Amino acid sequence: MINTIWIVLMAGGILVAGFQCLGLDYSSAAGLVMNPSLVPLTDLTKGLFDSAKASVNLAMGLIGIMALWLGLMRIAEESGLVKIFARAVRPIMIRLFPDVPDDHPAMGAMVMNIAANMLGLGNAATPLGLKAMQELQKLNKVKDTATNAMATFMALNTSSVTFIPATVIGIRAAANASNPAEIIGPVILATGVSTTVAIIAIKVLQKLPRYQMPTDENPPAAEGEGV
Amino acid sequence: MFQGIINGVSAVAIPILMLAIIGHGWHKKVKVYEVFTEGAKEGFNVAVRIIPFLVAILVAIGAFRSSGALDLLTGLLSPLTSWIGMPGEVIPMALMRPLSGSGAIGIVSELINTFGVESLPARMAAVMEGSTETTFYILAVYFGSVGVTKTRHALPAALMADLAGIIAAVVVTQMVFG
Repeated sequence: MINTIWIVLMAGGILVAGFQCLGLDYSSAAGLVMNPSLVPLTDLTKGLFDSAKASVNLAMGLIGIMALWLGLMRIAEESGLVKIFARAVRPIMIRLFPDVPDDHPAMGAMVMNIAANMLGLGNAATPLGLKAMQELQKLNKVKDTATNAMATFMALNTSSVTFIPATVIGIRAAANASNPAEIIGPVILATGVSTTVAIIAIKVLQKLPRYQMPTDENPPAAEGEGV
Repeated sequence: MFQGIINGVSAVAIPILMLAIIGHGWHKKVKVYEVFTEGAKEGFNVAVRIIPFLVAILVAIGAFRSSGALDLLTGLLSPLTSWIGMPGEVIPMALMRPLSGSGAIGIVSELINTFGVESLPARMAAVMEGSTETTFYILAVYFGSVGVTKTRHALPAALMADLAGIIAAVVVTQMVFG
């Protein structure tokens, strides 16, 4: 599926830019007018190179923050703080992640990630989430394929369990809104709907034959469902 | 007052969390400095490992957006979205939100500048910003970091949740502010 989406984004973008080179103008009084120009394509190329550069800058910026949170996380693990935290929300977590042993480090990392997301702490959420994925991967028997637990964790993450959307409140405050935080109620409602749908979708879809986990290390070639 | 509390929570959450971690480690006699650096070592590897996935996703999204393909799709979708009560101005937000976090924030800011912070499109986009996530980025980076390429039902489920979140944002905003 991600292959298809990637092709649509890349090829769609390039084809649309190519079409715009024709410079068709329907609004002119003289009927259809053409102003051919190569500017849309050269702009596109420049944009692509800029995006590629920006992705590396993003990753470089992440190194320090990753190191900071992974370091703190290691202290919290050694001291047993993560376990205390994970035990508090154990009843919910064992229902969402039945395949993960409840004393596994993956549980702690996932709990910390979800807590950071709820508070709108994006900088803390990403390193903790990546840590959780590494722990989940240790439980994975087929290393190139997502487990049910990984898919559930991703669905929770992408449906965004948020109680304090700090960024957008900040933007509204900067624009002098009379009550920047008034969107919190609607956000909690909408995020509740999307998280509920995410959990239902993940639990229903994982039973479908086409999304079955391969049972052996050398599964038959899947039908182009890779990333 | 409420906003003061929210801002307060955001401001103190990280420092308190850090203090709690270090304090608890000290209490349990963990060699905090050694253990911290041991854990921090992994940071570099993880960040470097996600670069190929970041490049693939960000370049594709850049192509789709800067070429005007996104605007084209907005035009095609407008009859459908007006039916559920979404103003045409908000469509780019609904399309951008799963793709790009900075792009989505740009659209929220632009709607606020154009229509005013108390306008329906600006409020609706703000609710969408708060209640959905950059699905493609998260999936690519998280799965990429551990080398998982077959993502099974993760993407379809995430996209269903995004769609539900966007529709919920439209309906709730119309009910509360419409």
